[in-house]
Amino acid sequence: MSGNHPFIAAPIAPRQPLKIAGLIAIGVWIAAAIAFAVYFTHVFDATLIERFGWSYLSGLWVTVSLVTVSFLCGAIVSLPVALGRMATNKLARGLAFAFVYFFRGTPLIAQIFLVYYGFGEFRGFFESIGLWWFFREAWYCGLFSLALNTAAYQAEILRGAIESVPKGQWEGGRSLGLSRTVIFFKIVIPQAMVVALRPYANEIILMIKASAIVAIITVYDLFGETRQAYSRTYDFQTYVWAALLYLALVEALRHLTNFAERRLTRHLRR
Amino acid sequence: MRLVHTIALAAAVSAILAGSAVAQESDAGKDWSTVKIGTEGAYPPFNFLDAGGNLKGFDVDIAQALCDHMKVKCTFVTQDWDGMIPALKNSNFDAIAASMSITPEREKQITFSNKYYQTPPAIAVPKDSDIKEATDTALKGKTIGAQVSTTHAQAAQALFPDADIKQYPTAEEYKLDIENGRLDAVMDDVVVLTEWVKSKEGACCKILGTLPADPKIYGKGVGIGLRQGDDKLKAMFNKAIVAIRQDGTYKKIQDKYFDFDVYGAEPTAQ
Repeated sequence: MSGNHPFIAAPIAPRQPLKIAGLIAIGVWIAAAIAFAVYFTHVFDATLIERFGWSYLSGLWVTVSLVTVSFLCGAIVSLPVALGRMATNKLARGLAFAFVYFFRGTPLIAQIFLVYYGFGEFRGFFESIGLWWFFREAWYCGLFSLALNTAAYQAEILRGAIESVPKGQWEGGRSLGLSRTVIFFKIVIPQAMVVALRPYANEIILMIKASAIVAIITVYDLFGETRQAYSRTYDFQTYVWAALLYLALVEALRHLTNFAERRLTRHLRR
Repeated sequence: MRLVHTIALAAAVSAILAGSAVAQESDAGKDWSTVKIGTEGAYPPFNFLDAGGNLKGFDVDIAQALCDHMKVKCTFVTQDWDGMIPALKNSNFDAIAASMSITPEREKQITFSNKYYQTPPAIAVPKDSDIKEATDTALKGKTIGAQVSTTHAQAAQALFPDADIKQYPTAEEYKLDIENGRLDAVMDDVVVLTEWVKSKEGACCKILGTLPADPKIYGKGVGIGLRQGDDKLKAMFNKAIVAIRQDGTYKKIQDKYFDFDVYGAEPTAQ
């Protein structure tokens, strides 16, 4: 056996020193960061924090609670939809497909307008079925649209994750005499959830940002409060603050996901 | 060496940024043969788009008359209310003719011509409303709609601290929402609300009453918004406003839209 056996992988190439293009790219980024820091310290106005600090915090709370509640409601709705997508029954499959097709294929802003202003036109109908108290409130309308929208995306995540679990897991369960329900909830879903973790985190991040749309139907979320503050000051740093708060939210979520993934995949680590 | 370059570049970028932030050119040497005017197009009868998509309204007609008098060719562009001041500052257009009140907060950002009209704010309520007067006690716990970043929204918050103020991107949306029964009252310019309750869409509602215009919030009436430093253009507009007031053009335009005087009291000291 000589050293040049064809099946031995090539050693990993040593790290290349940065070439000129890379240096320029890094230079531009550093310059932009410094310019931003200089700009921000230049315009920074502490009196604005005094004036709007609390409204930003209350806006942040509205955003967090709205996204949390609609994500959870969406998760509940997504389970039957995902099962419908995988069903053998043609009607169930068709309905689930139509649901996903509509909510993924139309803009969220259109869905929110449709629910808030469109449903408002049918006030009499909603009053007669006793649901007007729900659709009267902008917050609930935002929740309703966001939940249905994310349910469509989550159903697809769930379906993909469930289908990624090997058939052998089902067969193994059945050979032990377990019922389909038990196999599904105790064997397949836990494994699927590990696969789905990253896509779910992605979906929450997208929702945090998409939820800013509710500001146009008069919900004072983080973005709504920002618009308020901007309209009183015409100072762009109000938007910079909002961006930094959104960034912090997403960053916190990213760390949370990393932690959850490390914890959930302990058994896979060698 | 490279680090030095990077820092030099960063310094240059931030210098440009800082420079653009404070730069305030004078228009002394500028030839104003054409002027681009920004308006909203969603605030009838002051500015709106007719069925054919043409800009119409009192603001538009007055601005056109001013331009004719200044012997200047004017073009109109529509711009969302929210971004009106930033768009002017970024030179997307040279003047705002959009029923913008001359307020101290706005004067920190831009400058204004003298006023070209001044009408009081008013409150409208559904015809079957139990609200009898426009006071904080009568409106306690009620929901009032207004357009975002307007003097009216600000005044509603100041006058009715015990009411819930909801803010909409355009006037069209709060009108829709009071028809739908989500709002107990709306606050806007008396002319805007009067026109609306006379129309088919506003059949739901009636004017409850006008309110005194607090000069701290409403400022000195409605003027043409201009960039700070464009003193030559400002002088041209001011001269033209006096001229069309004197030669009867103003009255002719006013009579086309209103059956009362919208100019208000003559400004005391200029």
